[in-house]
Amino acid sequence: MTGAEGPAALLAVEHLTMRFGGLLAVDDVSFIAYRNQITAIIGPNGAGKTTVFNCLTGFYRPSAGRLVMRRGDEFLRLERIEGFWIARRAGIARTFQNIRLFAGMTVLENLIVAQHNPLMKASVFSLAGLVGLPRYRAAERAAVERARHWLDRIGLTDRADWLAAALPYGAQRRLEIARALCTGPALLCLDEPAAGLNPRESAELNDLLLGVRTEEQIGILLIEHDMSVVMGISDHVVVLDYGRKIADGTPAQVRSDPEVIKAYLGEDDVLPPRRSPVGEEGGASATRRREW
Amino acid sequence: MTAASGFVSGQVVRPPALWAPILKDAIIAALVAVLLALPLVGLQTYDIGGGALGIRTHFDWVALAAVAVFAGRLAFRVLHQLHRGHRRRSAARLARLAAWGNRQVLPITLAGIGFAVALPFLPFSSRYLIDLGTTVLIYVMLGWGLNVVVGLAGLLDLGYVAFYAVGAYTFGLLTRDLDFTFWEALPFSGLVAASFGIILGFPVLRLRGDYLAIVTLGFGEIIRIVLLNWAPVTGGPNGIGGIPRPSFFGLSFARSAPEGLTTFHQFFGIDFSPDHRVVFLYFVILAMALVTNAFTLRIRKLPVGRAWEALREDEVACRALGINPTTVKLSAFAIGAMFGGFAGCFFATRQGFISPESFTFIESATILAIVVLGGMGSQMGVVLAAILLVSLPEFGRAFAEFRMLIFGAAMVGVMVWRPRGLIAHRAPTLRLDASPTR
Repeated sequence: MTGAEGPAALLAVEHLTMRFGGLLAVDDVSFIAYRNQITAIIGPNGAGKTTVFNCLTGFYRPSAGRLVMRRGDEFLRLERIEGFWIARRAGIARTFQNIRLFAGMTVLENLIVAQHNPLMKASVFSLAGLVGLPRYRAAERAAVERARHWLDRIGLTDRADWLAAALPYGAQRRLEIARALCTGPALLCLDEPAAGLNPRESAELNDLLLGVRTEEQIGILLIEHDMSVVMGISDHVVVLDYGRKIADGTPAQVRSDPEVIKAYLGEDDVLPPRRSPVGEEGGASATRRREW
Repeated sequence: MTAASGFVSGQVVRPPALWAPILKDAIIAALVAVLLALPLVGLQTYDIGGGALGIRTHFDWVALAAVAVFAGRLAFRVLHQLHRGHRRRSAARLARLAAWGNRQVLPITLAGIGFAVALPFLPFSSRYLIDLGTTVLIYVMLGWGLNVVVGLAGLLDLGYVAFYAVGAYTFGLLTRDLDFTFWEALPFSGLVAASFGIILGFPVLRLRGDYLAIVTLGFGEIIRIVLLNWAPVTGGPNGIGGIPRPSFFGLSFARSAPEGLTTFHQFFGIDFSPDHRVVFLYFVILAMALVTNAFTLRIRKLPVGRAWEALREDEVACRALGINPTTVKLSAFAIGAMFGGFAGCFFATRQGFISPESFTFIESATILAIVVLGGMGSQMGVVLAAILLVSLPEFGRAFAEFRMLIFGAAMVGVMVWRPRGLIAHRAPTLRLDASPTR
């Protein structure tokens, strides 16, 4: 899928460790995410998946380890970059497990805010915008066109002027993904994008993500409980349990890995199953029982 | 938004137990009345001679209060029960009125500006009315300035009066020590206040909500206390007097001009009237307020304005999108403070005298109340709330000591009927298919 030279590494996570006081949330995790590939991070609740995301996107500073992001010929050390600069310089955009839209703003405004930095530059820190220079107007028109492109892709064009909070749940999920894509990222990090979606919406999400991967030539990093999504679209799956990486490979390899089965089902003779079983239905119902 | 009130009234009482909860409610109200009335009217002090005080009890008055409250509450609830449908209808009418207002923003705005411009020339206009109009416009301008910080950026600022004071004292000091005129000092007042906005902004970058409110409250008090105690510079409690009035392109509004200068009435060949200056001041603040409004409306549609609103909605999401919350917050503080500084400069020239007494916490509270009552982020709402809050106490003067009572009741009323402010409507900054930014 990536041509003759094979997949290009986009993000290398090396020995990532995150400690909260006495709690070791992420313990020496290493993996690589490739451009034009969808990498899924799965694992039971509390395995440390979201913590890995928060380290990647600058919300936490890792206790140890290296996070190397490739941007063109540059190699950026994410753990050394201040929070919001990661989105700007390293091109990492993310969504959140509990949707974080700008609820009181319209759908279109959400997508325009995502293009804040280029627009700010075009408006020369608002001065050009205040006097209405054509240069700024052109930039704003381009931003609206970009927003319209993504609105068309997620099927919300006719609701562009709605308040984001007024959208149904599934549409809010799609809008959050579109908002992240509007920043023009190199790596898109999605924290449980299929949570709370019905099977039809979930299938649409699969199509969207596969389309984005090939059209935009970006890498996608995905935390997901819904196995129909994970197994259906991932090129590569990383399994975490208790903060450690227990498996890494293609969906087929991971599915048959004894460590993974043990982590999800528990060992029969030691303890009763401590977590919901994995599977098409099991994953979905586990998702539904979560915080929503 | 108005559906909520209908919903609440609809769920109060179910048919089977119609009277019990109403009675219970009335009894509780009567008990509260007894508790309140006991110390307030039940005990009365009187002079027993020789400067000593005796206590007289008036339990009959307490009983009267309890009976009155019981009967009143009962009647209120019964009437409420009988007119549920009517109340819902009036709520719907209010919502329709609001929707109509939202559609007619431009005509209403133009009519409002037209009225404001014509006010001094209307037959019923008087010096008192124009003075009142000037005060209202100062608060409108302050409200619009604070609206940037509280309404758009969502940063609760309880010390806004500090920037008002900084603007006023900047002009006061510049004119006392360097003989600046109003027009020369105006930009400096804005700049100095904006710098103070940034100075306040830095330490509170990580704070939100209640914590931010407390720190800004403290900041407001620090400024006032420094002004009060730094007597060699600020004049302390005596303040700064003799602040010059603004001139009309170099023409003063005095009765007679000093050697070599012309006065306004001489230049235009009209009879001297002290009202000229009052009217002129009114137009100056009207123009300043309109500029503030135009600037705010414009910047709202620019990236920085949208970032303010995004920050109000969700700071974490802003960071994830690569927006620097530091600069966004500081710009909101600086611009809000700048308008406060301009208003302060005008206040100083209008009064001719400033002292720390004019910049107490109650001013901050009034300005914040204007923004909140008006509806956070709504420019039109600020105007309505400023008219209500500033002119209501004026019209209430006839009621002497009940003035503040009426004022408080009006505020409670607004919050009951319009919990999100008088105008809770937010117009999108841009629409798909509409041409981006006018």
